[in-house]
Amino acid sequence: MRKHRSYRAFLVHRISGVALALFLPVHLVVLGLAVEAAALDRFLVWSAQPLVKAAEAGLVVLLAIHAFGGLRLLAIELLPWSDRQKDWIGWAAAAALAVGAGFILRSFA
Amino acid sequence: MKRLELWLYIAQRGSALVLAPLVLLHLGVILYAVSGGLTAAEILGRTRSSALWPAMYALFAVAAAVHGAIGLRVVIREWTAWQGRSLDLSTLAFALLLLLLGLRAVQVIA
Amino acid sequence: MTGTLKVEIWRGAEEGHFEAFEVPTQPSQTVLDLVTYVQRKLDPSLAYRFACRVGVCGSCAMMVNGTPRWTCRTHVNKVAAEGKVRIAPLRNLPVIKDLATDMAPFFDRMQEAKGRFVPSEAAAKDVAVVPPDDPKRKEAAAGIECIGCAVCHSACDVVAWRPDYLGPAALNRAWTLVNDVRDGDRQGHLAAVAVDAGCHACHSHQSCAEHCPVGLNPSRSIAGLKQLVLWAAVRGEL
Repeated sequence: MRKHRSYRAFLVHRISGVALALFLPVHLVVLGLAVEAAALDRFLVWSAQPLVKAAEAGLVVLLAIHAFGGLRLLAIELLPWSDRQKDWIGWAAAAALAVGAGFILRSFA
Repeated sequence: MKRLELWLYIAQRGSALVLAPLVLLHLGVILYAVSGGLTAAEILGRTRSSALWPAMYALFAVAAAVHGAIGLRVVIREWTAWQGRSLDLSTLAFALLLLLLGLRAVQVIA
Repeated sequence: MTGTLKVEIWRGAEEGHFEAFEVPTQPSQTVLDLVTYVQRKLDPSLAYRFACRVGVCGSCAMMVNGTPRWTCRTHVNKVAAEGKVRIAPLRNLPVIKDLATDMAPFFDRMQEAKGRFVPSEAAAKDVAVVPPDDPKRKEAAAGIECIGCAVCHSACDVVAWRPDYLGPAALNRAWTLVNDVRDGDRQGHLAAVAVDAGCHACHSHQSCAEHCPVGLNPSRSIAGLKQLVLWAAVRGEL
């Protein structure tokens, strides 16, 4: 019953959305550290470790998949119906993975 | 409020329309800036180079606070037993927390 | 061709258990044939519902191996998994007995969504001319052939999570009416689906369209309603 593309797209959108909503306060608190540049730099040095960078890549993919998947939902709800909307799921996933791959490549470039 | 859910839906999709270009820009900046490592000086140098950056991030913070809080409320209503007034007030509190943290961060990087 | 199939059937109401039966296989056998065989030959106390047997009346829908289906048009060889078929009453509806659900909540949603035709004055006076290629006529035609089987209602997770949600069938019905030029109460239809558990509660899972036995797309109808309701609300017309 739930084994079809648009249901899986919904799950990915919802889970990425919850993860982003929980991550956002942490992100904003860290940015607030910039009151004291040294504190932010200490954090940035910590975050340059490979494991933390990999986790950051995960966050970037979450943001990208939620954004691209969200564009698909906006198109479904605000534009005239298109039977191609299911193909957009694949394009959104591919675009998000490309952004993640780009992030990893550029992090270690 | 009459038709609360409808207006929350409209706020949710409206904030999504605001967020869409901002997130794409944010992703672009991330990919651009991550190369060669991040420093506070580099980040602040960029965000202080023009008043447009803080203005953009302020809009980003407001839209994200609205979008994130309403989205979490929907998930909680559908996937847990929690609903009603206490959930609505908690949603409002979460939105205000995000707004506060967001605007504080914008103030710092401006 | 001869052999037997293990058929597990829900017995009881909300509380109950699956009871196993051995049913002889036949060519072109449908799931409804299995249930009918059990009721006529093995256990006459089995309760289930059907009428037309040819996919028109919408009364024989059940869960077959976890999926809502019209049983009269579902061939056993398409759904039997490892020589076994498990049949249960439709999900998201109260169970009366065995495979018979109480359809009242499903039809109540149609009423709540104002899924009835309200003739306009002009339509009441004269025969309305509706060109077949009119875009609204096409939208209405795309959703009109609903047989009221509740398969979509049963497949929908939003119905499961929010029992007051109007659901795909009722919203699809409302969509056909707002596209009917003979209908005189467009505002009333839109107001009815703009309620708290109305069209915008839909998350476009599209399980309704995936499972609809007659190939309708309630997701598309709901997306259409979302737009109409959105703009009506923004313009202050609701």
